[in-house]
Amino acid sequence: MNAERHVGDVGVLLGRERNVVAMEERIVIVGAGQAGGELAAGLRKQGYKGRVLLLGDEAHPPYQRPPLSKGFLQGKVALTDLYLKPLATYERFDIELKSGTRVEAIDRAAREVSLGDGSRLAYDKLVLATGGRARPLSLPGLEGARLENLFSVRSISDIEAMRGRFVPGNHLVIVGGGYVGLEVAAVAVQLGLRVTLLEAAPRLLSRVTGPEVSSFIEKLHRERGVELRLSCEVRSLELDEARRQVRGVGFACHGVPERLEADLVLVGIGLIPNTELASAAGLAVDNGIVVDEYACTADPNILAIGDCANQPSAYTGGRIRLESVPNAIEHARVAAATLMGKREPSSAIPWFWSDQYGLKLQMVGLSTGYEQCVTRSSAEGKEFSAFYLKDRRVIAADVIGRPAEFMAARRLVSSRAEVDAARLGDVAVPLASIAA
Amino acid sequence: MAKVTFIEASGKQHEVTAQEGQSVMQVAMDNLVPGIVAECGGFANCATCHGYVDDAWLKKIPPPDAAEEGMIECAFHVQPNSRLTCQIKVTPALDGLVVRLPVSQTGE
Ligand SMILES: Cc1cc2nc3c(=O)[nH]c(=O)nc-3n(C[C@H](O)[C@H](O)[C@H](O)COP(=O)(O)OP(=O)(O)OC[C@H]3O[C@@H](n4cnc5c(N)ncnc54)[C@H](O)[C@@H]3O)c2cc1C
Ligand code: FES
Repeated sequence: MNAERHVGDVGVLLGRERNVVAMEERIVIVGAGQAGGELAAGLRKQGYKGRVLLLGDEAHPPYQRPPLSKGFLQGKVALTDLYLKPLATYERFDIELKSGTRVEAIDRAAREVSLGDGSRLAYDKLVLATGGRARPLSLPGLEGARLENLFSVRSISDIEAMRGRFVPGNHLVIVGGGYVGLEVAAVAVQLGLRVTLLEAAPRLLSRVTGPEVSSFIEKLHRERGVELRLSCEVRSLELDEARRQVRGVGFACHGVPERLEADLVLVGIGLIPNTELASAAGLAVDNGIVVDEYACTADPNILAIGDCANQPSAYTGGRIRLESVPNAIEHARVAAATLMGKREPSSAIPWFWSDQYGLKLQMVGLSTGYEQCVTRSSAEGKEFSAFYLKDRRVIAADVIGRPAEFMAARRLVSSRAEVDAARLGDVAVPLASIAA
Repeated sequence: MAKVTFIEASGKQHEVTAQEGQSVMQVAMDNLVPGIVAECGGFANCATCHGYVDDAWLKKIPPPDAAEEGMIECAFHVQPNSRLTCQIKVTPALDGLVVRLPVSQTGE
């Protein structure tokens, strides 16, 4: 599909339709990512008859991001295999996908959005599925510098930009020991790079998991040659004379200053939700665009879904902004129901997966506020599960290398049944019998 | 090219055309077949692409690997002919394949 041609069409159609009395209802989705793509498809699955316009500023149709830091970086997953659906599917189901089209502003009174090329596009319902962007390293002296070997991992183009430097022997310094940083570290050492990972907290994945799992993951990486530095704060980047390349990284570990030479630097320190369109339009934003359980903002014609949305959670009882594919898909389902005139709030339990060295890491629930952690581990220590208990119930679990146990853990978390911690921790007792 | 028929739990049928080498899950996604969610995108992490494959067809499909077996073992609404559709590749031998879908794919 030719993006330019379609952007042009939008303006022409708008002019023409203004003269038509009975306009077909149209839903405009901003952001052709996981959530936006799922919503467009979901509307057609449910028989929506009006127009569906899916606008995305990237050059690609909706694609899955998880393989970016895993198989795609490693060269095991092809570009077109990232695409959630082939272009022909959008045409066949009459989803007007406009790639390379950025929405610049929302005019709520006129019910129009303005696009990057200056044209305007009317909507009856607008859905913001804008995701987020990588949080940049904020260091003095870096403002405005466009560094050729400083990367983040958010999009296909990010990976394409760094590929050429993923050659054996190169020294990669990773800032941030979250999932993205760890996945890239795993791929990089497997490709023969030297890898040093700097993490500010005293342990890996400290925001999302317990100390038991952190040490397991730490060992996993160390044994495979990743140099891990914890309690490390990055203080400066040393640039070459032309200010185009990073040559070294200055940091302090436990307060002691150090420096490292680097051929390339990857920053994986979290995501900033893309909420600017919403806030400029006067919609409430608080760590994400604020929506109700039906994905609606305070404006009845505007919804928000996925990484960019802050939503009520039946699971926690509070508000939450999640960054995961299952959440994007579930939230798109809720929005599709709302747009079809049904009201189906989500009851889903958050879950997430990662993949490091071919080992599956699967997590369900949120461990915040747990009282007890029960672990199960194989004799060789190759597999590992941690269950987080509160009031004798499993509120979350991290399962590494044991897919069957993960499915059983999902049941335990969703049933909220009381469990016997001793049996839970006994590998001899099949988890399925506890979950049943 | 092979024909694949998906039958939703409600009985609704979807006959679609598949390209060789595609996964059965991807065939469902490309054709907007409801009832296959595929949260993990085909990496045997989610079991939301679960389907039932009739015995006659099962014989023409390589058996599940350990990861698939593990996921299926404890999935929801499991039957002896349960498979993860993302792990089944379409081959000419599968022309006419019928996949039935479980009541609820998310299972929560
Ligand atoms: C490297 C990486 C690995 C990941 N691994 C996992 C994993 O293993 N498991 C998991 O569950 N999740 C994983 N995730 C998270 C998951 O990919 C996201 O949660 C999911 O993509 C969110 O979907 P979304 O539609 O909300 O946002 P996105 O998929 O980010 O889509 C948003 C889209 O909107 C576009 N956009 C933004 N503003 C505008 C505008 N004004 N106009 C037009 N377009 C706009 C963006 O360019 C983008 O294309 C990973 C993410 C990354 C980056
Ligand atoms: S798509 Fe996730 S297991 Fe098949």
